[in-house]
Amino acid sequence: MGLLSRKVTCNSHGQDSSYFLGWQEYEKNPYDEVKNPKGIIQMGLAENQLCFDLLESWLAKNPDAVSFKREEQSIFKELALFQDYHGLPAFKKALVDFMAEIRGNKVSFDTDHLVLTAGATSANETLMFCLAEKGDAILLPTPYYPGFDRDLKWRTGAEIVPIQCSSSNGFQITESALEAAYQEAQRKNLRVKGVLVTNPSNPLGTTMSRNELDLLVNFVTDKEIHLISDEIYSGTVFSSPAFVSIMEVLKDRKLENTQVWERVHVVYSLSKDLGLPGFRVGAIYSNDPIVVASATKMSSFGLVSSQTQYLLSAMLSDKKFTKEYISKNHKRLQKRQNKLVSGLEKAGISCLESNAGLFCWVDMRHLLSSNTFEAEMELWKRIVYDVKLNISPGSSCHCTEPGWFRVCFANMSEDTLKLAMQRLKSFVSSITIDNQTHQDLKNMRKKNRTKWVFRLSFQSFHDREQGER
Amino acid sequence: SFSVQLCFDLLESWLAKNPDAVSFKREEQSIFKELALFQDYHGLPAFKKALVDFMAEIRGNKVSFDTDHLVLTAGATSANETLMFCLAEKGDAILLPTPYYPGFDRDLKWRTGAEIVPIQCSSSNGFQITESALEAAYQEAQRKNLRVKGVLVTNPSNPLGTTMSRNELDLLVNFVTDKEIHLISDEIYSGTVFSSPAFVSIMEVLKDRKLENTQVWERVHVVYSLSKDLGLPGFRVGAIYSNDPIVVASATKMSSFGLVSSQTQYLLSAMLSDKKFTKEYISKNHKRLQKRQNKLVSGLEKAGISCLESNAGLFCWVDMRHLLSSNTFEAEMELWKRIVYDVKLNISPGSSCHCTEPGWFRVCFANMSEDTLKLAMQRLKSFVSSITIDNQTHQDLKNMRKKNRTKWVFRLSFQSFHDREQGER
Repeated sequence: MGLLSRKVTCNSHGQDSSYFLGWQEYEKNPYDEVKNPKGIIQMGLAENQLCFDLLESWLAKNPDAVSFKREEQSIFKELALFQDYHGLPAFKKALVDFMAEIRGNKVSFDTDHLVLTAGATSANETLMFCLAEKGDAILLPTPYYPGFDRDLKWRTGAEIVPIQCSSSNGFQITESALEAAYQEAQRKNLRVKGVLVTNPSNPLGTTMSRNELDLLVNFVTDKEIHLISDEIYSGTVFSSPAFVSIMEVLKDRKLENTQVWERVHVVYSLSKDLGLPGFRVGAIYSNDPIVVASATKMSSFGLVSSQTQYLLSAMLSDKKFTKEYISKNHKRLQKRQNKLVSGLEKAGISCLESNAGLFCWVDMRHLLSSNTFEAEMELWKRIVYDVKLNISPGSSCHCTEPGWFRVCFANMSEDTLKLAMQRLKSFVSSITIDNQTHQDLKNMRKKNRTKWVFRLSFQSFHDREQGER
Repeated sequence: SFSVQLCFDLLESWLAKNPDAVSFKREEQSIFKELALFQDYHGLPAFKKALVDFMAEIRGNKVSFDTDHLVLTAGATSANETLMFCLAEKGDAILLPTPYYPGFDRDLKWRTGAEIVPIQCSSSNGFQITESALEAAYQEAQRKNLRVKGVLVTNPSNPLGTTMSRNELDLLVNFVTDKEIHLISDEIYSGTVFSSPAFVSIMEVLKDRKLENTQVWERVHVVYSLSKDLGLPGFRVGAIYSNDPIVVASATKMSSFGLVSSQTQYLLSAMLSDKKFTKEYISKNHKRLQKRQNKLVSGLEKAGISCLESNAGLFCWVDMRHLLSSNTFEAEMELWKRIVYDVKLNISPGSSCHCTEPGWFRVCFANMSEDTLKLAMQRLKSFVSSITIDNQTHQDLKNMRKKNRTKWVFRLSFQSFHDREQGER
């Protein structure tokens, strides 16, 4: 064991076994409309499955994009040999145009400041390698995407210190929460290097308000630290308020030639907006040329396949397509989110009002047996094993208040969502009907579950957390 | 870029006959959605199967590989770094025989914090690894207060273009067994062995010596990629093969930071599953590489330049010691600059590969057309003739250029030289 690095032996740092349990249960018993109608419905995976018809239709009309042809000439050899970490120029151009289009063209991006990476997972880690190391901390508002514990800390040695957000104000970032996090880092003898926010937020499904964005800019200016804005869900904003990118705020406040400008970095990916997580397309956008240069070299460790760059350069250069796609994506997401929200309402469950993302942040505090994380875990296990819905418990997202869950709505058919809501409604009804019976059942299952959890927690739980933004 | 350009016709011909592989279709059904969503770091099963079969085929099926031990990564660059993250950290050292691929300095050390200590090899025995060189490197690491974690070799070698002898492989196995350290065998050029001796993988040696259930078995790891054998560096397809399940598990999770595009995995699973194709490809690749290497070697001979006898790789290790003005690395740099600026040949100086003897250069032969190679050899011949004809004139010219060159080099050396080394295995 002493022959392997500490990164291997300590790779359990900050992980949560609930992901593993939920995943494993789902994979043992996955719902299928025909083959397994009583199986577990997957609602823990933030995938966008609503627009594949649009993508497939485009592919059918544009065969050259996959056949390595440009204007009917073969460019296979050129692409097969292309491994320049500066990226395929045509693709970078199409990507920055797409990013601008998503932001209503209120800002524009320069290809010279864009670094392509194999997914946002790679982008976030690479940015962290550029900005922080052992002894440094990055502040993140809670709740946050569980994968950040691995992406930002594991191999870089940096630490995350949470900015505690609460339901009292819709989990928005406040000045005092920022200050408190900063003080906490100092108390731990950590040097704060920056703040990382996900906007729109995962798991909240909300866009950050201009007020929060201003607060952030003021804070990082005052502390002279970095600001990373992971805008991976920027294309999923389906209702007002409209998405406001950090870049728009800097522009509106005329901060382009000030010091803070070069300390703001944006992360993007096509995994959520376009529903293409398998293609591994991510990007870092930085106003600091040194960060761009360094991240570019580091991208050697995770370049985007030239085959994929070419396909997507053709697709995203088709402005007729991108315009239609963005619009339809919004409409379908809104419709589907509405179905989830009303389905939850019928079950007497409310959620945080949201206008973006592929999930809702659901309030099940009233269903907890006590205001504790143990009760949250217990409720979660019932939902996975009895209701047969795999959803994500708030504790796995470092939420400070028990009882919140992330429930995805865009990774299944409308009928499946309907069924999930029916099951949930029945479950909630049954809870309220017979409390005593359930207490007995709970105690019984608790005994069995404890053995199960004990055994499973020794297995590699990373196996199941993968890709679950 | 120094990549195989000799067999694109074979690849394009296969693509023309197999449109489904790029159209996201399987048996004419669309699997686009399935592939678009597929981000499992365990990799596309059909692709891993095809890849391990291809790796076995390259090794004459003398060994076989288990998909459960294979981790896919975005290229060998990612594979090597990931393996290093698993095996070493600050305070640790990995031993590498010189000369070695310059990119290793970045791939193995940069973000991991590990150090490289060279195993000095010399021309006296064709740059082969010796027991005393291994020991000396180990001692050197200890002197530097570094904990030796393993040895990394590239077999076939870059930049030598030679396959490791069974004797060297045995030496290595004995050494890592004795020191209880790891052995990484980067076999990225395994499919480019065009003449005898046949390629012997480290896995074959372990198997022949019946070491499967011994401790050293789990400390041997192989790195592979399709960038050299198939000439597809742009597709970013690499792999780690390890007999240690803990390394496999950890490397698998780390591969999240550099997964292979599912679009690419699918295309290559179809291509490499076509055994008729792989058999033809491997065979033609060998023949064309051999023919092209012969042209380089005879062209160099005509210019009075010899090179290390080689049987693999996409380059030759060329001996230009007799053209140096002095047996120094300064003279090597000077000669290199003349070849780049005057002869207009882009070749790699041995010093960039950490060679301990001045005067050796790596010259690629597979990344240009036959005519271009011919022209390059003619230019080189003229250059060598002119060196010997007029020494005085050249001394003047040299001094003049040296002044200008110094400024140029000074400025260039402050640019990121990484920019130029990228992908230049």
